[in-house]
Amino acid sequence: MSALRGGPHRLAAGGLIERESRISFRFDRGHFAGHPGDTLASALLANGVRLVGRSFKYHRPRGVLSAGAEEPNALVELRAGDRREPNTRATVVEIFEGLEARSQNRFPSLRFDLGAINGLLGPFIPAGFYYKTFMWPAAFWERLYEPLIRRAAGLGRAAPDADPDAYERCFLFCDVLVIGAGPAGLMAALAAGRAGARVVLADEDFRLGGRLLAERAEIGGRSGPAWAEEVAGELASLANVRLLPRTTVFGVYDGGTYAAVERVADHLPVPPPFTPRQRLWRIVAKRTVLAAGAIERGVVFPGNDRPGVMLAGAVRAYLNRFAVAPGARAVVFSANDDAARTAADLAACGVAVAAVVDARPEPPPAVAAAAAAAGAPLLAGAVLTRAHGGARLTGASVRRADGGSDFLGCDLIAVSGGWSPTIHLTSHLGARPHWDEARLAFLAGEPPPGMAVVGAAAGRMETDACLAQGAAAGLAAAAAAGFAGVLPELPDAPHESAGRAPLWRVKAPGKAFVDFQNDVTEKDLALANREGYGAAEHAKRYTTLGMATDQGKTGNLNGRAILAELRGEPLAALAPTTFRPPYTPVSFGALAGRARGPAYRPLRLTPSHAWATEWKAVFVESGPWLRAAYFPEAGEHDWQASVTREVHGVRRAVGLCDVSTLGKIDVQGADAASFLERVCLNRCSRQPLGRVRYLLMLREDGFVLDDGTATRLGPEHFLLTASTAHVAHVVSHLEWCREALWPELDVAITDVTEDWAQFAVAGPRAREVMARAVDPGFDLSNDAFPAQAAAEVRAFGGIPARLFRISFSGELGYEIAVPAGFGDAAVRALMILGAAQGIVPYGLEAMGTMRIEKGFPAGPEINGQTTARDLGFAKMMPKEGAYLGRAMAARPALVDPERPALVGLRPRDRSRRLAAGAHFLVPGAGASLANDLGFVSSATFSPTLGHAIGLGFLQGGLAHVGKTMRAADPLRGSEIEVEICPPCFVDPAGERAHG
Amino acid sequence: MRIDCPHCGPRDRREFSYRGAVLPLPEPGAADEAWFAHVYLRDNPAGPIEEYWQHEGGCRAWLVATRDTISHRIHAVRAAAAR
Ligand SMILES: [Zn+2]
Repeated sequence: MSALRGGPHRLAAGGLIERESRISFRFDRGHFAGHPGDTLASALLANGVRLVGRSFKYHRPRGVLSAGAEEPNALVELRAGDRREPNTRATVVEIFEGLEARSQNRFPSLRFDLGAINGLLGPFIPAGFYYKTFMWPAAFWERLYEPLIRRAAGLGRAAPDADPDAYERCFLFCDVLVIGAGPAGLMAALAAGRAGARVVLADEDFRLGGRLLAERAEIGGRSGPAWAEEVAGELASLANVRLLPRTTVFGVYDGGTYAAVERVADHLPVPPPFTPRQRLWRIVAKRTVLAAGAIERGVVFPGNDRPGVMLAGAVRAYLNRFAVAPGARAVVFSANDDAARTAADLAACGVAVAAVVDARPEPPPAVAAAAAAAGAPLLAGAVLTRAHGGARLTGASVRRADGGSDFLGCDLIAVSGGWSPTIHLTSHLGARPHWDEARLAFLAGEPPPGMAVVGAAAGRMETDACLAQGAAAGLAAAAAAGFAGVLPELPDAPHESAGRAPLWRVKAPGKAFVDFQNDVTEKDLALANREGYGAAEHAKRYTTLGMATDQGKTGNLNGRAILAELRGEPLAALAPTTFRPPYTPVSFGALAGRARGPAYRPLRLTPSHAWATEWKAVFVESGPWLRAAYFPEAGEHDWQASVTREVHGVRRAVGLCDVSTLGKIDVQGADAASFLERVCLNRCSRQPLGRVRYLLMLREDGFVLDDGTATRLGPEHFLLTASTAHVAHVVSHLEWCREALWPELDVAITDVTEDWAQFAVAGPRAREVMARAVDPGFDLSNDAFPAQAAAEVRAFGGIPARLFRISFSGELGYEIAVPAGFGDAAVRALMILGAAQGIVPYGLEAMGTMRIEKGFPAGPEINGQTTARDLGFAKMMPKEGAYLGRAMAARPALVDPERPALVGLRPRDRSRRLAAGAHFLVPGAGASLANDLGFVSSATFSPTLGHAIGLGFLQGGLAHVGKTMRAADPLRGSEIEVEICPPCFVDPAGERAHG
Repeated sequence: MRIDCPHCGPRDRREFSYRGAVLPLPEPGAADEAWFAHVYLRDNPAGPIEEYWQHEGGCRAWLVATRDTISHRIHAVRAAAAR
């Protein structure tokens, strides 16, 4: 039952874990226990689980390499069901009660994996394999290559259904953003916070302290973690400081904008009520202190990917922070002074040290002393040539300085190739890092405006230097943001020796890995170089080095150094890596936030929505609006039956339709008429008061922008309508014309779309209904209020209203507008007032059908590629005047008589249906692009005529009236003969609307 | 990216919509070539360029922002109506 005590490899004392509480969790089929403070990786190691996954390409056994976000190996599927998340790094997952994790890339089981046979086939799957093998033909990709690769790769599985959890996106503003809460970051936040600046301190870990949590260094006479906790406590007590643990700043953008993801509830089994799983922060900071630390590299040597080969810094983290012994007998392998700490910490925790292997011929005395204290031989000038073992490490071969070899029995290799400063964020805006030969590292180039880089991120590996740099940078950042302060007193801290020598790889036979996650070996790099892909950026794409989800955090520099050596170039000539956001993977959920499903955008409801719902309307999305499509009645089993009844209702009696979604734009001012004459085809200055005119607006390139109506309500007052889909753009366009082109004009433009509810009342009996709706005293007779008349009236007992005699159905029609708040009452009143006339509610479908019957262009015709001439409005274009689009509309190709123009069409065989999208061909011509004469833009069944009708654009337009064409629809496999006719099918003389 | 609206102060770019380069409208009666150039030809400079942005999610004013296409820095912003 030792597993339930938090693991047999748990040290008896120490660590930042709560030993008194226990958390049980599952990994594959095993049941284990850990403690609060554990990561999944530390808890697995405590339980002796060394094998945690299989690699991507060769399915090699892999174990935990690191103790942080850089982990390339220990990727697991976390949680189950719809919360399942693939490629989760076990090294950063906090364990919680009931956690379920599964290993990836294995079949049928982690220990016995059939895919590992790839390892034997390795020579046949070299680098560039995907390039060479799967280049051609393109069609094979979709059907063959990709499914094959995906199944073999098996990089975890996405959840089957929608993520049940909520995500949030928020803004945050501060004076000083501090990224990273290690010694440098904590001091920076303290200095800026004490100065009174608004400080945000973000750290990806769940506990603040950074490297201090993993080392035994004493700060100010206390343990590192105790000091960090004390500083964090003071920061938490400051009202102007906000601590964001579990938060990764992953991107830098212009204007001091940073993107961060806060894992609010990832450490809980299920987010509590009203709590998002993650929060995406957009942080706007006046100044930023980057104290993101450094990431340790491994060394490329044969077998370096075996479970049990672990970064030395991670070994110290598991020993000191998590009180876990990652092995029983260790070999320390490095070429830097950290080896002393590693050996000492291992010995202090009771782990036997088999040897300290230092590639340097003369390691400093500190390393020798640490080795001696640990009871281990120091092998100076020696290197490991192979790690032995399969799923479990059994030992290492060492090549001594004298050239001889030894075998060292061990189950742990603590390896360190040195540290790479975490400078990713410094180059997100394009700055190129530069090579620092003394530190053997890329350091930040010119950082983004307002950012200072400190501590290990700036190449300073000594704790006292980190503290001092952080404090100074925090103070300077606060001062730059307008807050004067004093430098906090610096606590006593060690000045670790940071001597180092280059150690990228060991030349020895065997498979040596550079990029663990993408299974890129040293040989792959050599092959890339031989085949002419040796430049860093080429090799990256050829071998996929650094292109996995870890972005090569632990392997990139080794890869580049190997390439430099292969090419005989100095390290100083190394082209720096281009880092791009995100620093670590970010879930789509966090990026989407609440904007998903129905909440993707706000839904707009018409004023008559509640009424339409009571009438059992079927709704349809129309732009952002939800509009009634039709109102089915009992016994109507398909929409066509309802639409047919509604159309008959309108054409034979009277119908009622909510048209409030139509854009309404109020244009007022002394220059209103002359302004409009510059932006549309209408001669507005000549338009009589109280009259409505059809309106066409052109773009600067001469094509139609939108159509609608213009009503002159007063000498200096026009009301425009615009189509539902275009109104926002039309308003912006008019505002641009007014402000950018003609600011001298006295005109004001206001979008009043939402201020008015508007209803169409149309049909031969419409006047009878309107006579009862409009307050007594207003003359609705044809002489007093003819077609295209408009007036401001009172209706429904004193409510201010606007009345228009316009018709989109071709019938005698009115539209009445009332203030939006009266909309619901107005529609109900109209239904009552029209009961005697048999008023029927009709929806978008019937409206669309009737407009096609009348040949009125709408969205399918005004599609951004048609001119006023194409639409049959050539006569509307004034010969005079400098309206927008005039010159470009006169281009020869746009006035060519052979250009496709609007026509009507009906099937020769009246029983056939038409489909929009079909193309016109002359009878006998093949269905090819060369013979294409135009297309059907709108088609419907006309209840009035009893057969299908359509509108379309045909080369030569109305010259073809009476001729027969073929409408070919290869997409749907139909082809029918159609007769070309004028685009108006019902009452072409317009007598009904004028009666 | 943030744009310093003369009416509202510095705001996130998501509140703004973009139109394009600031170009003088050809004179009434200008030759077709002038209109063609106006509508279709752009300089695409590497460096500062004046562009129209509308503070659509704010005061709705059309603005002229001088933006550096290399550094993305916005050097100046004024209301389009204030020439
Ligand atoms: Zn504004």
